[in-house]
Amino acid sequence: MEKAHSKHNWKSNTLPALVTVGPLTLILVLLVAIPLIYVVVMSFCSIDQYYNVEFKFTLDNYKRLISPDYMKIYGQSLLIALVTTLLCILIGYPFAYIIARTKSKKKRLLYMLVIIPFWTNSLIRIYGWRTFLGNNGWLNSILQTLHITNEPITFLYKQGTTVLGMVYCLLPFMIFPLYTALEKLDGSLLEASSDLGAKPLVTLREIIIPLTSGGIFSGSIMVFIPCLGYFFVSDILGGGNSDVIGNLIERQFQSGNNWPLGAALSIILIAVTLILVRIYKKMGGDMESLGV
Amino acid sequence: MGYIVELEGVNKIYGSNHVVRDLELKVEEGEFLTLLGSSGCGKTTTLRMIAGFEEPTTGSIKVEGEAIEEKEPFERNVNTVFQSYALFPHKTIFDNIAYGLKMKKVPKPEIKKRVTEMMELVQLEGFEKRYPSQLSGGQKQRVAIARALINRPRVLLLDEPLGALDLKLRKQMQLELKRLQRKLNITFIYVTHDQEEALTMSDRIAIMHDGVLDQLGTPTEIYEQPKTKFVATFIGETNIFDGQINDIKGSDISVVIENGYISGRGDGFKTGEYITVSVRPEKLKFAETPQEGFTVPALVKDYIYVGSIIKCIVSLPNGNELKIERLAGEKLPDIGSTIYPYWNREDAVLIHNRDNMVFETIDSITFN
Ligand SMILES: Nc1ncnc2c1ncn2[C@@H]1O[C@H](COP(=O)(O)OP(=O)(O)O)[C@@H](O)[C@H]1O
Ligand SMILES: [Mg+2]
Repeated sequence: MEKAHSKHNWKSNTLPALVTVGPLTLILVLLVAIPLIYVVVMSFCSIDQYYNVEFKFTLDNYKRLISPDYMKIYGQSLLIALVTTLLCILIGYPFAYIIARTKSKKKRLLYMLVIIPFWTNSLIRIYGWRTFLGNNGWLNSILQTLHITNEPITFLYKQGTTVLGMVYCLLPFMIFPLYTALEKLDGSLLEASSDLGAKPLVTLREIIIPLTSGGIFSGSIMVFIPCLGYFFVSDILGGGNSDVIGNLIERQFQSGNNWPLGAALSIILIAVTLILVRIYKKMGGDMESLGV
Repeated sequence: MGYIVELEGVNKIYGSNHVVRDLELKVEEGEFLTLLGSSGCGKTTTLRMIAGFEEPTTGSIKVEGEAIEEKEPFERNVNTVFQSYALFPHKTIFDNIAYGLKMKKVPKPEIKKRVTEMMELVQLEGFEKRYPSQLSGGQKQRVAIARALINRPRVLLLDEPLGALDLKLRKQMQLELKRLQRKLNITFIYVTHDQEEALTMSDRIAIMHDGVLDQLGTPTEIYEQPKTKFVATFIGETNIFDGQINDIKGSDISVVIENGYISGRGDGFKTGEYITVSVRPEKLKFAETPQEGFTVPALVKDYIYVGSIIKCIVSLPNGNELKIERLAGEKLPDIGSTIYPYWNREDAVLIHNRDNMVFETIDSITFN
């Protein structure tokens, strides 16, 4: 009797749970947990003189992380990410506001305008910019044809160009959470504010921005974090002074062939991400709007 | 007496939806005016036009004698209590109520003083530091009212402000709102679909029906002299008869309806005209034989007890039902018996039938 009961329980509770959650957990373990552990382990390994990985515990990789050269690039990367994030907010906010507050058909059109580039491979789009901005690129041809300039202007290989590419790639990540937040905003609150004597800009400051700060914050995280890692943008568009943390990592795994050091650098990136997400949660942000 | 709000020839059209038609409305200073009508008749739209959230498609709106079509909502001397309250969720109750004063750049100490006074007035002392989500429906309602009143508007617009409250709280808030309005002497334009609420609170009621203002008058006028069939049926209970005038003697009017004649008293009608006769249930009498001018028989079907009132349901030969209302204990006919309903002629309200033209046209068709 007792046994039959527990058997029944197993069938009705545990089995469905195993069947449904099981495969998902398995996939997560295979795709996330194992590689992560591998990276952590790797970051404590050393290399021999032929750059082969040796499973010998060392803290050297981490010591190298705090060298002045690297510190400079962290700073530069954080600065690029910060400027990119701010620009994305400035450009994305009005755009998201317009989409969220527009009615009916136009809304879908505007939304598609954001989504379609998002579906195209960003590497290709960044190469597009390079073709457009290069010394023999379209922009320079146009300027020279119009005799605005005689010599080609060097647009590429500057920190600004990298920021431009980053903003271009990451803007949708800012617009989506902003749009969600603005869409949820109750229109009667704006009317109430206006009714009580607030001019539009005051309503923006007092009501709209505070009530959508969650969207601004999740958008910022979704722009800031990838911005530290998008090495291909600075590779293709940026000059020597626009490396991001992603470039350092990529170099160690590729040309540098120093996997343990690359792994240690990756750990930094992961740590920054975790800290930011933690702050976000502390400030009452919900994980859903991060797409988690 | 001056008019504080004047609507002249106001129309509002959304696409193909004519929501407000040729609205003429003059609101007197200091009065409690209610816009009453069933859901979807254009009350909110009218209120939103006065508040400045919508522009009339045609026509003009004046507040304090000034055309305000050009003024933005934030420039108007009018405040609104929203149906959903629209309290700012991220601001404390104090900051919600202080919002209007802050916008006017009133000095801080004065803001504090006036908010405190206002919170006392609406009995919300001690709630300063709370957030809207920590209040009950009735409390939120008070905050919404306080927030609008603190600006000392000339006109307060209220869109079904008590709609979300339960019956008991609603009755209590009705009295409080009326008390506030008298005390502050502010003009209230109040929207509701609840006729009882309108009758108890208003100085005047404007009844809207499909975007048209059917009748404007005091509660007594509206109850006792409805001008349209809609008003008669919408306000209180009534018995309605549709018929044609067959004889007029002075003010006495005889009307032929299905299965017989009924009578009433009125002026400005002509023989042959199609009209509607409305008689309140409490005015309906009954006899065992036909009375002079009343020849329609009816069958007593049922009784309904509503507190101290008994409603007697009788049905006419064509199946229409009438209600006779008496206080409990008063004499009523037995179920199953046949009676002849009648009334004092002056107790009937005669209403021109809007469809008169249609009927006349049909009548004019001759069949060979
Ligand atoms: N912004 C709008 N666009 C289109 N139609 C509207 C709009 N606002 C209201 N309506 C229509 O106008 C009519 C009257 O609405 P409303 O004034 O809200 O009625 P009430 O407040 O009396 O219930 C309704 O049929 C409604 O669908
Ligand atoms: Mg409404």
